[in-house]
Amino acid sequence: MVKLPVYLDNNATTPVDSRVLEAMIPFFTQHFGNASSRNHAFGWEAEDAVDQARKDIADLIHASDKEIIFTSGATESNNLALKGVFEMYRDKGNHIITINTEHKAILDTCSHLEKSGAEITYLETGEDGLITIEQLEQAIRKETILVTIMYANNEIGVVQPIREIGALCAAKGILFHSDATQAVGKIPVDVIADNIHLMSFTAHKMYGPKGIGALYVRRKNPRVKVTAQMDGGGHERGMRSGTLNVPGIVGFGKAAALAKVEMQADAERLSKLRDKLETALLELEESYVNGSREHRLPHCTNMSFKYVEGEGLIMGVKDIAVSSGSACTSASLEPSYVLKNLGLDDELAHSSLRFGLSRFTTEEEIDFTINCVKTAVTRLREMSPLWEMFKEGIDLKSVKWQEH
Amino acid sequence: MAYSEKVIDHYSNPRNIGTLDKNSNTVGTGLVGAPECGDVMRLQIQVNPETGVIEDAKFKTFGCGSAIASSSLATEWLKGKSVDEALSIDNMDIVEELALPPVKIHCSVLAEDAIKAAINDYRVKQGLEPFVEDKPTHH
Repeated sequence: MVKLPVYLDNNATTPVDSRVLEAMIPFFTQHFGNASSRNHAFGWEAEDAVDQARKDIADLIHASDKEIIFTSGATESNNLALKGVFEMYRDKGNHIITINTEHKAILDTCSHLEKSGAEITYLETGEDGLITIEQLEQAIRKETILVTIMYANNEIGVVQPIREIGALCAAKGILFHSDATQAVGKIPVDVIADNIHLMSFTAHKMYGPKGIGALYVRRKNPRVKVTAQMDGGGHERGMRSGTLNVPGIVGFGKAAALAKVEMQADAERLSKLRDKLETALLELEESYVNGSREHRLPHCTNMSFKYVEGEGLIMGVKDIAVSSGSACTSASLEPSYVLKNLGLDDELAHSSLRFGLSRFTTEEEIDFTINCVKTAVTRLREMSPLWEMFKEGIDLKSVKWQEH
Repeated sequence: MAYSEKVIDHYSNPRNIGTLDKNSNTVGTGLVGAPECGDVMRLQIQVNPETGVIEDAKFKTFGCGSAIASSSLATEWLKGKSVDEALSIDNMDIVEELALPPVKIHCSVLAEDAIKAAINDYRVKQGLEPFVEDKPTHH
């Protein structure tokens, strides 16, 4: 029997692996020292644990341990990277390039910088959710100081051509930051081969705890610096002050060490399950996969079921925890900007579900999900006037709708 | 978001889903909303022209649970009412009955619009003037 509800919202957050939790527990009550306390064993134990975690995390992304700056999570890492680079390199130029399907932590930080005199270019992705190297090349100016492009998208899972982007930035002498929140721990990420100079990622998307993340800041070829955004004790090489979250860091380290060993097998198993889910749901008429199916993460898919509204659908699949691109899931009446930016019709954007699988997802859960979604879509279509019109051959675009 | 029990009941067991003959003179059809807004309601009434009583009502809705529940409730209320009585159904009655939260009030507005549109369609078919609201009564 499948335990309900089935959790398939792993792009939002993953559960903590019990092995991670086990590694963390002693650092709350036993080894509770402040990693900055240099005068006693409590401090040394904490510092040793942080050092080990830093090595494990660096190792996962082919960095060196000194290049890992701990933060509270990817949002803070993105803020520190963008604001810190802009302040540090302002005299070299004020132009930053990003893409229009980034997470709000990037887009809103960019708007903030625009108010401080930055000029931002937002590249538009194609229907597949990807940008091309030619688009990026054309956008580069002599004032460009930073390119920030996400590794993999949180809503549709598409993976950008990071290695080509990194090579181009390196050739042009421009800093390259990537928000790799969805990628690290799921697919191989190599900051050297990818020519990444700064990279944001977080523990809670890879079976670690919430509240701990990292910013990779390169030390060689080139040596990168960011202006601190918080004043204080000068921790983390002066780039991020604040007492280190030792239990969180230990958990993050353990999650990274586990990912290093298990990532490939997880990815192979999950892509088979994802494909099974997707193939079965594509048997429904007028169902679509959003974004590139070639360049994407192995464990997720975003699908639209035309003529069914997303929130109504979510209510109909209450035994599955998923998210929707529908307007109704947000306070605004706008559907997902990521899906709209792919050029999707609003109806399709409103009709989307995002499925994210995890290390703990079972085949039984996927079978249950297939059945549940198929039943709900079929039922809701029977009560959808749009489905009836579609079946009668009426072109919905020719109807004069009364907008409200 | 937590739904009220009544919304869940109407969503799970919608009353009066279906289609009436939109070409019949005694059927009024209201189609309101827009796909890009995420809500489309089609509400139909079958009126006895002798008595002016709504003898049957059907709906189909593309939308969230609250939109489905609002239109399902509307069909329940319409049956057995005279056309004139039906005009007095206010969106806030629906909000109250279904305990809709503020972000879902637009679903009830849409249901009221659908009722009025269906009545007007019927009136025009019967050679009557469409009913015009003096002022918007939406809350």
